Amino acid sequence: MKMPATVAAFAFLAANGAAHAADPNLARNLAATCANCHGTNGHALAGSGIDMLAGVPKAVTLQKLAEFKSGTRPATIMHQISKGYTDEQLDLIATHFAAQK
Amino acid sequence: MMLMKRRDFLKAGAAAGAMASLYGCAGGGKASGHVVVVGGGYGGATVAKYLRMWSEGGVQVTLIERNPTFISCPISNLVIGGTKTMEDITVSYDGLRNKWGVRIVQDEVVAVDAAKRSISLKAGGAMSYDRLVLSPGVDFIWNQIPGINNPEAQAKILHAWKAGPQTVALRQQLEAMKDGGTYAITVPKAPYRCPPGPYERACLVADYFKRSKPKSKVVILDANEEVVSKKGLFIKAWDDLYKGTLEYRPNSEVRDVDVRSNTAILEFDKFRADVLNVIPPQRAGEIAAKSGLKLINNRWADINWLSMESNGTPGVHVLGDAIFPAPTMPKSGHMANQHGKLAAAAILNLLAGDEPNPTPVVMNTCYSFVDAKEAIHIASVHQYDAVTKVVQPVKGAGGVSAARSELEGTVALGWAKNIWADMLA
Repeated sequence: MKMPATVAAFAFLAANGAAHAADPNLARNLAATCANCHGTNGHALAGSGIDMLAGVPKAVTLQKLAEFKSGTRPATIMHQISKGYTDEQLDLIATHFAAQK
Repeated sequence: MMLMKRRDFLKAGAAAGAMASLYGCAGGGKASGHVVVVGGGYGGATVAKYLRMWSEGGVQVTLIERNPTFISCPISNLVIGGTKTMEDITVSYDGLRNKWGVRIVQDEVVAVDAAKRSISLKAGGAMSYDRLVLSPGVDFIWNQIPGINNPEAQAKILHAWKAGPQTVALRQQLEAMKDGGTYAITVPKAPYRCPPGPYERACLVADYFKRSKPKSKVVILDANEEVVSKKGLFIKAWDDLYKGTLEYRPNSEVRDVDVRSNTAILEFDKFRADVLNVIPPQRAGEIAAKSGLKLINNRWADINWLSMESNGTPGVHVLGDAIFPAPTMPKSGHMANQHGKLAAAAILNLLAGDEPNPTPVVMNTCYSFVDAKEAIHIASVHQYDAVTKVVQPVKGAGGVSAARSELEGTVALGWAKNIWADMLA
């Protein structure tokens, strides 16, 4: 369950030729910063009014995040939070949540 | 008496083996050992759960907490305002105990021996650890307000800044107050726990008065020169919703209290209230200072942002309101939860013989109600900066609500449900 995100982290680093080794759990750690509102591993409680992220296809999450960042998607708060993460970090996060059941 | 050695604990922790098989086996470089967590609030509960979850049961965790249940400070102002109950903000530790195999000990830590990696408990006995996490919250600097530096005075002049019996007692004082009376809340100089909290509380008491005691008044006596958090949004709410009911007085630091007459004594002035709610100046929870940890300004724990480990006391990590914060970082429950995850990841790496994640990120979201239904927020994201060695706020990210709304009120309650589950379920 964790492997795809870990693999993605390494793939991203290899592609970008990062100088120092990233933490193998980087995607997991980044996704955990979302869990306060969106639930542990993206499992928001039913009826909480906050989007469930677990199991959502990566492309869907990334599209939403891109729209939050650009301001084209209506938001109360996500337009402000999404801007705090790099596109590479959002890619890792979306990959991690897509792999959650 | 009950010097608990690690092997005894491992024998006792039957849940541990079950956890490991439940989650199956992961890759090499596994963390093992015993982590003791002191304090089961937003920081401590989170680190306890995430250590168990991420180690797949490989690391033993003992959580020492003096209260039998978790009671949330966030949302507690709605109890004071009369639209939520204590039951609504109380969550059991059973999820941590039964689902995650955290050993919960209802007790208090009275001493830390960092050299021997051991703590002493109030009920007697000691416990050894491989890593210690202190998440003690804040304690009050009572001697800065001499008149309430004793238990009798503190039973009458309430802070209600730690959710629990004082939350109930403050609500009772407000209910008992006659219509036409005055409620005054005093705000200490920043930094203190929950920067927007005093202004939220003032709003919710004013909202209660409008509904039930329309001739009554709310006065905020603020030691700071201006509203510390969400300033524009609070001022607009006060103008729109509470004109004639709520009065804001900046630069009004409480120096003392005359308990008999319920009077706050300011530098050049005095203010008598029917219900006087004094939020005293704060510092890291007492155990931080008693443990000999390095403090900044003699108040807040100095920590390494890659691991939340105390600078100067190896093996001891500190979370939440007790730390000296990074720039623009508030003392909030949400942030304490983020500290807990940063620390959990770092501790697991350290116990496995690896370095902590070199690029940690934490973020904050904080909602405040301005009446029983409408809320406002502030948010920020903080990325580790290798030059300053601090998590720095990302420029251009974060911010506050465009306007107060019922939608944000709904989301605020959803936030509470999800974060409580993220810590405790």
